[in-house]
Amino acid sequence: MSILKKLFTAVKGGVNEVGEGIVDANAIRIFEQEIRDAQAALNEAKRSLTEVMAKEIQTSRAIKSLDEEIGKHETYAAQALDKDEETLALEIAGKIAEFEQEKSEQQQVLNTFSANVSKLKEQIKQAEKTIVENQRQLSMVKTTESVQKATMAVNDTMASGDSAMTSAKQSLERIKQRQMDRQDQLDAAQQLADESNDKSLNDKMRAAGIGEEAAKGADVLARIRAKQNK
Amino acid sequence: MELNELSLKLSQYETEGASFESFFINNVGQDVLQVIVDGNDELPIFVTRTEEQILCICYLFSEQEITAQKQAELNDTLLRLNVPMPLSAFAKIDNKYAIFGALSTNSTLEQLGHEIVTLSANSIDALDAISDYLTE
Repeated sequence: MSILKKLFTAVKGGVNEVGEGIVDANAIRIFEQEIRDAQAALNEAKRSLTEVMAKEIQTSRAIKSLDEEIGKHETYAAQALDKDEETLALEIAGKIAEFEQEKSEQQQVLNTFSANVSKLKEQIKQAEKTIVENQRQLSMVKTTESVQKATMAVNDTMASGDSAMTSAKQSLERIKQRQMDRQDQLDAAQQLADESNDKSLNDKMRAAGIGEEAAKGADVLARIRAKQNK
Repeated sequence: MELNELSLKLSQYETEGASFESFFINNVGQDVLQVIVDGNDELPIFVTRTEEQILCICYLFSEQEITAQKQAELNDTLLRLNVPMPLSAFAKIDNKYAIFGALSTNSTLEQLGHEIVTLSANSIDALDAISDYLTE
């Protein structure tokens, strides 16, 4: 059964208790050992593959040199026939037959090697797939385990803080309030900055005699007199 | 990146306008980094590391907080929201609903920072979006 399926069954069965191991630590260790064994077997298979491939190349080379020998001796035999050296030609032909015999033997060996190579390659591919798959499953188990541990650690922390007492809705309200406060502060700071900008501009304008003039004592007095005279 | 290294780096790191506080927890032989984004300590992000991945988890609410009779509907909604939600997915741990993201252990500080900021924003948005399903 795949780990995910096991987890699914466990979760469905209500493994809710914090710390309740879905897969026990021993099973994880066994699993890890299996992966290590598979990895070792894979390395072994890869080493065998290189050896077999080297032998395959050697055998092919031997066959090629036999082919050359056969070709060469066929020329010799033809030459002997040309010179009417019937006996010699026969002897050369015997040699060719020997080469061909050897070649057919080597060919069989080569076929075995080639078959071995493709078999090993297939095995290696299969083993690699299995290892990757096992590692994925192991990582799932370990993640589940570490999430459980993390949950325990988190629960411990939350139980000692206020957050355990607060509902999500209250939390949300607080956060929104904080965001609003922050925005208000930003707005206020901005307003303050704008105002001080205005002020310094006004100061400059006044110094240059532009805009509203500050009321002068003489003007005020003139205004009061004007009222009295009415 | 190791968690203690991440903790140190996060404290001096700012990204996407967010700042981080982080606390290293090791109560049960499992290292956990509690990260608080922008002072939102109501929704801390818990970061853990396994051989293969870095998990960032944020707990949203517990099963008991769901309005009666509405759990199936909520589950359906969460499944539908899973794909459109950037970088994060909904999950359930024990009786708590959570939102999480997983990263490669080779992730950089920038990638982790982005993940954490996104997760934090997603968790707030998600709570906001589904608050109708929750009781006070």
